Amino acid sequence: MAKDGAAAGDTQKTSMMNDPAVRSIVFQVVLLGLVVFVGWYLFHNTTQNLASRNIASGFGFLEQPAGFDIIQSLIPFSQSATYGDAFVVALLNTLLISAIGIVIATVVGFVVGIARLSDNWIVARLATVYVETLRNIPLLLQIFFWYFAVLRALPGPRDSYTIMDVFFLNQRGFYGPAPVMEDGFWTIPVALILGIAIAVAVSIWAKKRLMATGKQFHSFWVGLAVIIGLPVLAALVTGVPFTWEYPALKGFNFQGGVVMIPEFMAVLFALSLYTASFIAEVVRSGILAVSKGQSEAAHALGIRQGLTLRLVVIPQALRVMIPPLTSQYLNLLKNSSLGAAVGYPELVAVVAGTVLNQTGQAIEVIALTMAVYLTFSLLISLFMNWYNARKALVER
Amino acid sequence: MNKLSQFTIGAMLALGSVTAAQAATLDDVKEKGFVQCGVSTGLAGFSAPDDKGNYSGLDVDVCKAVAAAVFGDATKVKFTPLTAKERFTALQSGEVDMLSRNTTWTLNRDTAQGLSFTGVTYYDGQGFMVRKDLGIKSAKELAGASVCTETGTTTELNLADYFKTHGMEYTVVALGSNSEAVAAYDSGRCDVYTTDASGLYATRIALEDPTAHMVLPEIISKEPLGPVVRQGDSQWFNVVKWSLYAMVAAEEYGVTMANVDEMKESKNPEVKRLLGAEGEFGTPMGLPNDWAYQIVKQLGNYGEAFERNVGEGSPLKIDRGINALWTEGGLQYAPPFR
Ligand SMILES: N[C@@H](CCC(=O)N[C@@H](CS)C(=O)NCC(=O)O)C(=O)O
Repeated sequence: MAKDGAAAGDTQKTSMMNDPAVRSIVFQVVLLGLVVFVGWYLFHNTTQNLASRNIASGFGFLEQPAGFDIIQSLIPFSQSATYGDAFVVALLNTLLISAIGIVIATVVGFVVGIARLSDNWIVARLATVYVETLRNIPLLLQIFFWYFAVLRALPGPRDSYTIMDVFFLNQRGFYGPAPVMEDGFWTIPVALILGIAIAVAVSIWAKKRLMATGKQFHSFWVGLAVIIGLPVLAALVTGVPFTWEYPALKGFNFQGGVVMIPEFMAVLFALSLYTASFIAEVVRSGILAVSKGQSEAAHALGIRQGLTLRLVVIPQALRVMIPPLTSQYLNLLKNSSLGAAVGYPELVAVVAGTVLNQTGQAIEVIALTMAVYLTFSLLISLFMNWYNARKALVER
Repeated sequence: MNKLSQFTIGAMLALGSVTAAQAATLDDVKEKGFVQCGVSTGLAGFSAPDDKGNYSGLDVDVCKAVAAAVFGDATKVKFTPLTAKERFTALQSGEVDMLSRNTTWTLNRDTAQGLSFTGVTYYDGQGFMVRKDLGIKSAKELAGASVCTETGTTTELNLADYFKTHGMEYTVVALGSNSEAVAAYDSGRCDVYTTDASGLYATRIALEDPTAHMVLPEIISKEPLGPVVRQGDSQWFNVVKWSLYAMVAAEEYGVTMANVDEMKESKNPEVKRLLGAEGEFGTPMGLPNDWAYQIVKQLGNYGEAFERNVGEGSPLKIDRGINALWTEGGLQYAPPFR
């Protein structure tokens, strides 16, 4: 900076502020100072006000025992767990429903989106009706529909619907058998991971060979066989190292096995089917954005319709689709907070609801909740940007 | 409203200046001309709106008593219905001047949350309600049950404690408002509904067929329910505290809505002091001298309010029990008026 100023001073006497480099630095420093000051002011004032009202502050409460129970938790959680544990439980519940929701929404969305372009009149019409109905009904209403109209209408535990006395469906949830691990169980997940690794390696090799020699290889079927076959083989070799624990009606409720609670099902169905209707539109517009000449050319080369779609159209459509798809995924994550309305124990219900109320620390709790949504939204964005960059046109 | 008040409190705490935060609530109240009182969204006998939106109930009468003390007019109150989850942020952010909403006095709330409980309107305890056809006689038989309750309450904490102490498993369905919790119980999502015993009575008579449900004999906790104000404003704290005491004292001395005018001439100096016929007891609180007279004149004493709202004169027919005066073997007791 000093050097710049000296150089300018040599030639003619002008104000330092006229030097664009200096000026931009000065402005940035002033702006930064202002932001820091406002931030400090808000922080200072908040802590002062909290103290003057005798409201506890800080994040120390996260280590205090929570004292309440949560209906669904992926990690052990008991009455003696801390508020910090409750936060983790709620976070995992949010991530669980979002992750499964994203997968279902994507699959349904792709199927419906492609169906809307189908030559079959009925299929195309059905897809249109799906999109137009679900897209135009508010999500909260759809959650209520599933929760109150569908799942609450199911019979009580004593009159459950059942499939072969193994699966049970009633007002309290959907019950199924759970595997109980025995010695040697570890071989199965290890075999599964090995299977996936082999499948990935095979598909990379097959692609290279295809590029080099043009020879096809059914890497999909081979991969699938390995992924399913290896764990099955491992189980047989180790003498089936697990047993099934079946749910059974004991007293008030079914005990044992695994349960999917109705709050989870209602939110999952509503969330994924609603988002799927938007994804369907993204898929449709992505496909329409690929010039017709592309598929005509493929057909002229004698490539079948299905293959054309998979190898020619979709890869190009993906480029158009990824940015809007990303925002659908972000919406789904954020919309999962509506689960609070039916008591699904996700982040907003447990942390911004119960924890906030039991501790009274509104500022910290709301800040924590917002930070989580922000972090995960940014992570999804980052991942999709990376994926987008990979799929973008590469000049060969 | 819930999210909104959470953000208002954030914005207010961040932007408001320290001195403004300590503003005297009594002056504010006098200036706006009414008391803004937080009550529950609907609990028969304690606070429930009729079809015209007028609130009534024992908790509501405490709000009205404060208005009578401040303005000499029990109607100068506006009510804000609040769920359990919303109530404290609404008070802390200044959305309401006081809470009178079946809220349990606990150590943590009274200290760490910036709240001050002014007394006890109703001594309560938590109980369980089940459908009669389950054939259950005691809470000890509830192992494995699904239990519906409202989140953000002492109720969900006591519930966890109780089942843990007795080594029983259970499933909690914690909902955001009482009406949702009751609806969930009613539709069969849960075997058990739990809340304060007073709430159980109020809920049971509102169910389609009250006789199909029963309250189990166990009372598993202490729930002293009382009015709450913000910490750090001792003047307002005193106004709310003594408004309730005035009702209790009136009952102790046999002052009723009907005889309050004659009682001004009573030979008992304590009664004269209570009714403002002798001494200057309102002024130090910033109230007119006839503050307690106005309360009794317009709302009656504690016993009258109790009978009218939740006792024999109401559909709830709750026994006075431990809410009787100390002289009758109960816990209600007012410090001396001198
Ligand atoms: N006394 C307990 C519970 C108070 C409470 O809010 N109970 C619920 C029933 S579980 C209620 O009455 N809700 C009425 C409403 O939401 O308006 C506490 O202070 O935490």
